[in-house]
Amino acid sequence: MAIEVKDLTKYYGVQHALDGISFSINKGEIVGFLGPNGAGKSTTMKILTGYLAPTSGVAAVEGINVSEDPQRVKHQTGYLPEHNPLYHDMYVHEYLEFAAGICGLASGMARKKAGEMVSLCGLSLEQNKKIGALSKGYRQRVGLAQALIHNPNVLILDEPTSGLDPNQLVEIRRLIKDISREKTVLFSTHILQEAEALCDRVIVINRGVIVADDLLHKLRAGKGGTLLVEFGHPVRAEDLQALPGVERVESAGENRFRIHAASGQDIRGELTRFAARENKTLLELRQEENSLEAIFSRLTQLSVTESAS
Amino acid sequence: MIRIFFKELNGFLDSVIGYMVMGVFLVAIGLLTWVFPDTSVLDYGYADMDTLFSVGPYVLIFLIPAITMRSFAEEKKLGTLEWLLTKPVTEWNLVFGKFMASMALVMVCLLPTLIYYYSLRQLGNPIGNIDTPGIAGSYLGLLLLSSVFCAIGVLGSALTASQIVSFILSAFLCLTFYTGLDEVAQLLNSGQQALWVKQMGMLYHYDAMSKGLIDTRDMVYFLSLTGVLLLGTRTILSGRSW
Repeated sequence: MAIEVKDLTKYYGVQHALDGISFSINKGEIVGFLGPNGAGKSTTMKILTGYLAPTSGVAAVEGINVSEDPQRVKHQTGYLPEHNPLYHDMYVHEYLEFAAGICGLASGMARKKAGEMVSLCGLSLEQNKKIGALSKGYRQRVGLAQALIHNPNVLILDEPTSGLDPNQLVEIRRLIKDISREKTVLFSTHILQEAEALCDRVIVINRGVIVADDLLHKLRAGKGGTLLVEFGHPVRAEDLQALPGVERVESAGENRFRIHAASGQDIRGELTRFAARENKTLLELRQEENSLEAIFSRLTQLSVTESAS
Repeated sequence: MIRIFFKELNGFLDSVIGYMVMGVFLVAIGLLTWVFPDTSVLDYGYADMDTLFSVGPYVLIFLIPAITMRSFAEEKKLGTLEWLLTKPVTEWNLVFGKFMASMALVMVCLLPTLIYYYSLRQLGNPIGNIDTPGIAGSYLGLLLLSSVFCAIGVLGSALTASQIVSFILSAFLCLTFYTGLDEVAQLLNSGQQALWVKQMGMLYHYDAMSKGLIDTRDMVYFLSLTGVLLLGTRTILSGRSW
């Protein structure tokens, strides 16, 4: 198990940042950590990297408990903090060599590694500049290079693409995908397309509680959801509305309807039986995938109402 | 630790701060020692370096906090402190590396004043008539004093993310430890208590060393005070997880 978190709790004073979360990530997996701002994503990552100590619970990286042996864990993990803090008055090579040096690499090795990282992260054109003179996209590359320089097994990236323009976004995502082939990656984001572009599995967290931990496609294709139907003959919306399990019917063109099923209900059988009974031709019956935004707001809203009640 | 030390030292030498501190220190000390009639050695008529050793600490009280004010405050503000602490360096290495870098800069500042010693040696009558052991003791005292100032500065910097606050706090603490306790001692009626308070201040121990009398008690005082301050800084850094 590359990352294992068990009953992790963190209080800031009286505020519960994390409320007993548990999850585990296998070696080589790339997992998206989703949640609205202030959900506890960064706190979890800070605990995993040994910057913060948990109030209770266990966080382990590569089988090593972070609270017991933080130094060994730090050798195993590469971390890109939120907002990507860098020394703006250092040169790219100088900074990367420093980063390698404090990870325990000898200076000759550090120089070699810094050179490798520059070409791996596509920094060759900007390698002789000061970090302060780089654009945000290139700074993000420096941040990633820094996280990778000591060849860690686990990468923890806190909002690696926030504040980038669309082109930079695509480039950084591609870079993350490239470098994550042999590594375990946990990255946080509040953009759903990002999770979709990078990973299969997501962990959704809200108000310090995990509300979903599943493969993305499973989350999308839950039962219920929305069906798109088209009939060959005119059909009255009221008739459809009267069927059991139907929550709401919208017209979607001539003889086309978008039918929202009550959650957990499979109404496809009901619809075909209806068509046969009424002697209407059923031209199309399609399960519309839950949009990611819909899932996200459902999951995060749900836990709000639960905690309110 | 070596990495942190060189990174900090490069930081001083790449920016204006290092050169400004050196320039200001040497200009101020040079003027006071050789030019201004009130303190000038030439007008005084005796070949000694008292001016450097009595005025020097007051210049350092303002210059050392200026050197150390960015050490942790800037890292906090940039967020790089969080990054550093997730790297396999211990807090102790971080604190000590930064402290040593500041000390190195102070030593570089003091180095050119050795020329004063040579000049005064030549000015003595007969040539070489100068209290060498006294001056050696004073240099050692000044270095030990600087180490406490640096430790105070690093501590002050670890307390806040604002460099200005760090500077003012550190300068105030330096002054308090240097002469402040001496002044407080004068307010006390009982001689015994007054002596205790006086002995807690640095001036008492520094004066003793200026006489060329290198007493282990004074050495232990300065070194342990530095140690305690650095330990305090380390504790403040670890305090993030409480």
